[in-house]
Amino acid sequence: MLSYNFDYYQPKSIDEAVGLYQTLKAEEKKPIYYSGGTEIITLGRLNLVKTGAVIDLKGIPECMEYTLHNHQLIIGSALSLNTFEENRLFPLLTLTSKEIADYTSRNKITLGGNICGQIFYREAVLPFLLTDSYVTIAGPNGIRKAAINEIFYCTLQLEEGEFLVQIATEEKFLMAPHLSVKKRKQWDTGYPLITVAALKKDEEIRFAFSGLCPYPFRSKQIETILNNQDLSYKDRISTSFQYLPKPILNDTEGSSGYRMFVLETTLTNIFSVLGGEEK
Amino acid sequence: MNSYSANRLKITLNINSEMYEKEILASDTLLSVLRDKLGLTGAKPGCLNGDCGACTVIIDKRPMKSCMLLAVEAFDTEILTIEGLKDTPIQRAFVEQFAFQCGYCTPGFILICHALLLTDHHPTNEKITTWLSSNICRCTGYQEIENALRSVINSLPLE
Repeated sequence: MLSYNFDYYQPKSIDEAVGLYQTLKAEEKKPIYYSGGTEIITLGRLNLVKTGAVIDLKGIPECMEYTLHNHQLIIGSALSLNTFEENRLFPLLTLTSKEIADYTSRNKITLGGNICGQIFYREAVLPFLLTDSYVTIAGPNGIRKAAINEIFYCTLQLEEGEFLVQIATEEKFLMAPHLSVKKRKQWDTGYPLITVAALKKDEEIRFAFSGLCPYPFRSKQIETILNNQDLSYKDRISTSFQYLPKPILNDTEGSSGYRMFVLETTLTNIFSVLGGEEK
Repeated sequence: MNSYSANRLKITLNINSEMYEKEILASDTLLSVLRDKLGLTGAKPGCLNGDCGACTVIIDKRPMKSCMLLAVEAFDTEILTIEGLKDTPIQRAFVEQFAFQCGYCTPGFILICHALLLTDHHPTNEKITTWLSSNICRCTGYQEIENALRSVINSLPLE
């Protein structure tokens, strides 16, 4: 139960949602866009998120879209993660999202909610970073499109009053060889330690990481080293570690040293599956 | 647009095929409305954090954690709580297989099993594990719970 009350709105269009945000902001309600709402409810219960109004995006058709159109897969931000388990048009997304939280929670957690949340992990963004996807964002200045690799830096860089509407992924990436490995400290259901997602395109492997730093990331510099065929897999991995962003997480789920150890073995496993011959 | 002000609002919820009209707050979770406003105490408050599954209900045939859902979000849906199940195969199986100890997690486990059987009469082992992993039994009676589910699955004709 939340310790405070708020207004609840469920607009039926993008314009209505954006207009509502501006109105509620002017009324000093500190509005928040609400999709699955699990993080808002969880943090709200602890008084770590406080708002006077939530704007539920699940009534907006564009946010619920899931279609292949003009060789692009269009995915609405308010779709629940289990949508991708039931409709496997993008197998890497299915593989990654089905490791987030648990089955019942995934009926509530949405794609946009996971990507725009505050938790470290936000694994749902990894497949989109690997596939050079594009995001559609709505806000007071209208609708804009941006390459996710240009706008996702630690978090999705949204301006005040903006929200994520859709993500578009080119069809050519959907069936590319891929792997997503999630490591936990304990069992199959414990909290995450690290997740590494990988996708092979044009004989190069792309890598994206979650749980290693306080944010998910993909690094072109690290990818270049990991694909350097003049080096052994072991040397590629150890060299790439010099370019990892900081800080490496060091918490009750795992020390930074343990995370690095797990990362090394995970990358080795990914090479054995996707890497082909080692020189 | 549906909008509900922060003041008390009147909402009608379809729970166990009965219509309940109640005054609630927009920030009330479904769990608190079920228990505190409607007296339906079968859904249990456990972690209140979406981790344990003791508060599981079925909404439009999908299991949902009622502590992670605003009651206003459940407007215009069909809600099924443990009070709405009467002598179903999974309930009988829980008794026959001794699939509970303290019983606190039992409504949530029965409902997730029931939801699984609504969608799939013969789920794979992976699917069973995936679904049951949503709930926690602090008495650690997992084997008996899985046995109860499998006994119902085994009693159903192959399609």
